[in-house]
Amino acid sequence: MRTLIEQLGKWLHHPSLRIGAIASLVFLLIGFVSVAWTPYPIENISISDAMQDPSAAHWFGTDHLGRDMLSLVMKGTLTSFVVAAIAVLIGALIGVPLGLAAASWGGPAEWTILRVNDFLFAFPALIIAMLITTLFGPSAINAMIAVGVFNIPVFARVARGGALSLKTLDYIAAARLAGMGPLEIARRHILPNIASLIIVQATIQLALGILAEASLSYVGLGTQPPATSLGLMLKDAQTYALLKPSLALIPGITIILIVIALNLAGDGLRDQLDPKLRRIGGVRGVA
Amino acid sequence: MIWFALKKLLGLVATLLVAAAITFVALDLLPGDTARFILGINATPDAVAALQEQLGLNAPPLERFLGWLRGMLVGDLGMSYTQRAPVGELIVGRLGVTLPLTFFAMVLSAGIGLPIGILAARKRGSIADTGLMVVSQLGVAVPNFWFGMLLVLLFSVTLRWLPPGGFVPWGVSPLGAFGSLILPSFALALPQAAILARVMRTALVDVQGSDYIRTARAKGLTMSEAVWRHGVRNALLPVLTILGLQFAYLVAGTVIVENVFYLPGLGRLIFDAISARDLILVRSSIMILVVVVIGTMFLTELTYGWVDPRLRSRRAE
Repeated sequence: MRTLIEQLGKWLHHPSLRIGAIASLVFLLIGFVSVAWTPYPIENISISDAMQDPSAAHWFGTDHLGRDMLSLVMKGTLTSFVVAAIAVLIGALIGVPLGLAAASWGGPAEWTILRVNDFLFAFPALIIAMLITTLFGPSAINAMIAVGVFNIPVFARVARGGALSLKTLDYIAAARLAGMGPLEIARRHILPNIASLIIVQATIQLALGILAEASLSYVGLGTQPPATSLGLMLKDAQTYALLKPSLALIPGITIILIVIALNLAGDGLRDQLDPKLRRIGGVRGVA
Repeated sequence: MIWFALKKLLGLVATLLVAAAITFVALDLLPGDTARFILGINATPDAVAALQEQLGLNAPPLERFLGWLRGMLVGDLGMSYTQRAPVGELIVGRLGVTLPLTFFAMVLSAGIGLPIGILAARKRGSIADTGLMVVSQLGVAVPNFWFGMLLVLLFSVTLRWLPPGGFVPWGVSPLGAFGSLILPSFALALPQAAILARVMRTALVDVQGSDYIRTARAKGLTMSEAVWRHGVRNALLPVLTILGLQFAYLVAGTVIVENVFYLPGLGRLIFDAISARDLILVRSSIMILVVVVIGTMFLTELTYGWVDPRLRSRRAE
């Protein structure tokens, strides 16, 4: 435990990690606060107050329905985080075991898992979301599932890669000699050692998930009113952006800041964990 | 090389079959009776049954699936019952927007991203490098559709240089059609260019430290010559993979960005079909998207194997 705290202290000296982690936490906190309190309830529609400029009463102004923009941004931030986080959970909970299984078993099991992986990888989350929406209608849950399914092969790759690099080490051989089966080895020895890799990937996928949620909600496949998300706010803003650009600017800039914060934190973590791994993480998720 | 290509081709066919099966099963399980949906709730049971028969909904699922596959192979995708037109024609018409848009965005993203990446790698550690990487960090974080909205505000509403949306068909005015795709292409290209710039920079930085660059320097080339003649070509390998993936994601991206600019592309077609529950149309247009995406990945892998002979001999990972 002590070494973990020391480790954390050391990490926080890394500038991009520090800025990224603190900013991400601030946004997360803003989101959580919105559960208990927002300046105004977002269900409060008051057309006579619509499209106000920022003022002391409404720091970010009001939208086309007279709702307080700050309250919407707070709630929207929470939705975006929750959707992205659950998508990461889905991806990690399914992808990591798949990756570990592929690495420990090898042979036909590995081949099959890799093929399924390639297959999923070829599907942008958007297409998955379209299929699910046709089936069950649009909702935030569909967005979680679609982005989550997209995350599965990403985590499987990371877990398998990490596991393969550990597989040849002496202590794994020792465990095998001691009579442990592949699953036991994967759980007791490999998983704890690749946890950091997975955390880094989770941070990056969280950022991608927030962008993906925004895209899906923007085209109407994600979060539905009366709930709100940053992407849904942009969908609403589109009609009125000509009259009032701030309706589009505020949620858009919030998304950018959150994604930058998460990316900085992810890059910084990766630097700290393994400088050799310093590479830009892959390709944009949905779009 | 031929074996490598054949093996990949086999993989492609298998992947497409599985994708078709998933799409078919998913949409076939759809709750709700298609025939009743078309005719409305007041239709008589006889009318519903007759339409079911006419749409071929009574045949066993496997037969319908095979029929659909056969149709796709010969280019007959069936009739859309909401648009009352052959699905194939509808899709081909929309691809006239989606494919050029994807292509322009791809060219832009490579044209902007690669030079920036090369520049940053050559000036590694300088202020220019830091500045470019900060900009690319920003570019990666910008949602493409939001960037599109900003472009409309600036170039259409304020400056009035380009149309804010809509599409002039190629047949009416090629220049007008091109004009309506300029802003959407930039909106799509920017985030991808930022990613490309970062990948290119990393790849080139890796290559710059390699032995063969040192050898090239030792035989008298300047650093710039060595990097241009030997480095960039090698660094392009990882970039190529990303480019292939990017094309796939750009196709998906057009579906989103079309909404910003009210473009009548494949995305619009799918969204309209989804809300109208036009299953035949949804199924085939989603499948076209899948074919484009998976086909591009296949071509990328082939090119990769062609450029890098080591990959051909390697067993499946």
